[in-house]
Amino acid sequence: MRRLLFAVLLPIFAIASGEETKPMHSTRFGGFFVDKLEYRTKNKDLKFHIYSFYGGDYHKLWVDVEGERGLKNSEWLLERADLLFVKAISSFWDLRAGLGYAGSNEGGRSRLVLGVKGLAPYGFDVEANLNLTNKGELYGKLEAEYDLLLTQRLILQPSFEILASTKKIEPIEIGSGLSKTELALRLRYEIKRELAPYVGVSWERYFGQTKEMVGERDLINFLVGLKTWF
Amino acid sequence: MSFHRRELLKFMLLSGLAYSLPGFSALRRLEVADFKEKEGLLEYTLIIRKEPVEVGQRRGTGVLVNGLLPSPLLRFKEGKEVVINVINEMEEETSIHWHGLYVPNNMDGVPGVVFPGIPPKGRFTYRFPVVQSGTYWYHSHSLMQEQLGLYGPLILEPKDGDPIKADRDYVIVLSDWTDEDPHRILSKLKKYPGYYNFQKRTLGDFIREVREKGFSQTLRERLMWAQMRMDSRDIADITGYTYTYLMNGQTTQENLTFIFKPSEKVRLRFINASSATYFNVQIPGLKMTIVQADGQNVYPVDVDEFRIAIAETYDVIVQPKEERAYAIYAESMDRSGFVMGTLAPREGMRAVPPPKREVPELTMEDMGHHGHADHGHHHHHEGYKMMLDVKKNPFGVDADMVVESPRQKLEDPAVGLRNQKHKVLTYSDLVSAEEYPIGEPSRTIEIHLVGNMERFIWRMYSYDGQRLTSRFEDLIDLKYGEVVRFAIINHTMMHHPIHLHGMWMYLDNGGDALNPRKHTIDVKPGEVVFVNVKADNPGLWAFHCHVLYHMDAGMFRVVRVR
Repeated sequence: MRRLLFAVLLPIFAIASGEETKPMHSTRFGGFFVDKLEYRTKNKDLKFHIYSFYGGDYHKLWVDVEGERGLKNSEWLLERADLLFVKAISSFWDLRAGLGYAGSNEGGRSRLVLGVKGLAPYGFDVEANLNLTNKGELYGKLEAEYDLLLTQRLILQPSFEILASTKKIEPIEIGSGLSKTELALRLRYEIKRELAPYVGVSWERYFGQTKEMVGERDLINFLVGLKTWF
Repeated sequence: MSFHRRELLKFMLLSGLAYSLPGFSALRRLEVADFKEKEGLLEYTLIIRKEPVEVGQRRGTGVLVNGLLPSPLLRFKEGKEVVINVINEMEEETSIHWHGLYVPNNMDGVPGVVFPGIPPKGRFTYRFPVVQSGTYWYHSHSLMQEQLGLYGPLILEPKDGDPIKADRDYVIVLSDWTDEDPHRILSKLKKYPGYYNFQKRTLGDFIREVREKGFSQTLRERLMWAQMRMDSRDIADITGYTYTYLMNGQTTQENLTFIFKPSEKVRLRFINASSATYFNVQIPGLKMTIVQADGQNVYPVDVDEFRIAIAETYDVIVQPKEERAYAIYAESMDRSGFVMGTLAPREGMRAVPPPKREVPELTMEDMGHHGHADHGHHHHHEGYKMMLDVKKNPFGVDADMVVESPRQKLEDPAVGLRNQKHKVLTYSDLVSAEEYPIGEPSRTIEIHLVGNMERFIWRMYSYDGQRLTSRFEDLIDLKYGEVVRFAIINHTMMHHPIHLHGMWMYLDNGGDALNPRKHTIDVKPGEVVFVNVKADNPGLWAFHCHVLYHMDAGMFRVVRVR
């Protein structure tokens, strides 16, 4: 745990260290991104993915929060609330490591996260994470999305994700083996680069144990949402 | 008085022509600064303040000299000494750099390199002998103030009369104005490099191209770009989406007018004082005779159009014969906008802009992919064999592409200006009017311009055969008196205007002693440019990309001569 703290804190100090007068400066920059905030018609819930980062070209501190919350009932599922240290490891890829929490109203897990995120050839945004929980469960998720420009502001975004686990993790609704896949299509309009409402459709499939746990069959949701950042 | 009042009046007249000035914000027009002259010494006083600037409907904040956008014109005279008192009335640091002037090191005005900058509410007095003549400019080298209006023309009169004869002499400062804070712009670009580009390829372009070229070829081409994760429409980082392009501070609507009488010879001194915009300049209906580049007289060459990189200057002579309005038309390189003035026999005329051309698009050739050239025939087109081995990207995260076999492209008008029906200036056309036998270089230093478009990282690596570095702290050492060849290699898909302070870069375009010398060299995507530098000015000299945002992001090095 101490080593982990070092891993997180050292880069913070590195980032915070001062700069002398230079005619140019290594820029520190940060942002707050609501990547997804959407109402799902069938689940009648809000799904969100919010992240924020601060840092430089090579190292960043990153907070990633993703989950869903019922609007009628008070059920919630926090897929992740992670604090990550991000290091650029190649032209297009970042290595991400840190710790976080995943849970629901039925309890949860602290976990270590190790992942990569970047731009794959042909322009696919890809993110892959491995998670190790405090109970020793290992599970992973792979996501990919693509921006297809219909016009300069109207953008169609197909996306795909797949979730698999070595063990059953009851409180966060993950069964062992192949657990879940999701295909989605979102059509957004960038009023400004920073402000893009969208509509979409998503198709979730649950497999094996997960299917038993969730007690639902394949789910098709229509989506209405907003993507924004600053 | 060595200055003719008549000449001054001419400039005043020029600036007085445009008068649509809102009362409560800065004056946007070119004025001539007042000076005092005593004992052969010219003395100017420049006061730097922040002032509101209104362009169209948008109100921004300018960092201005004497309340003017652009900064006032300063006239120096070769052989005399100048004193410039700079008074900083702001709460932030500032500086002034004399772009292209051969000055003692401590007068060069680069904070963090040659002096600590002019502190808030502080003063600094520049004093140096003027040892050259021609068209130059000055600008801030602090806190991105260059984007905020701190730029102005320098006209240096030759000691023994000007060999370039003209009936009228006008200065045209081209610039890009935005009401956004440049630091915000940089932060946006870091997070979203395509933020300002609204000319990206869409599905519609794909369908159109399928109709023109067929499905399989279109798909093959697009897949190549997609595979590289590059955008062939990425021509300018910042575009007409936020920029209003200005000519002597005036917009196209304000119709800046330059007066001529038919058959008069009119000299136009173009200065590109932009922060992030290259311009293509035309005066449809007139041949432009290029007579000077970067303040240096060149053998006259007639062109219909020229591209002016950021920080370059070109002087042209035109001789309009007809009694009509001509457009002085400067479009941004990506064609997302333009600024136009009018060359007219009288006030109140407005020229018609030429038809808009298609959005320029990079080719695989620009990316350093040379297709299947048949060997043996085109020996001079063989790529430059670099000292640095780039097989395994030695730049790491900093580079999203590496050009293995860069070529000289001095005859290439480059993206957007190829295959024009008219003559476009290229660097191969420039022949120095003066002979400069500086001698043969004794060694080569490679400068590798690299970038990562996805992360908006920009770096300038040096490699002398032993050490590869891009750190600001690692000086590029030259021995006083030696001649060094710089091989500047562009591994990116963008143009970079590379500027060396304090010394000339003799552009090797095959002219030997008649190679043109420049202070700013445009290096095209995938190109290698060779320049010789005679290390004849001791001190620390900035060596950087003049795209303000590339410089600020790290494309900046220091050359040390001792």
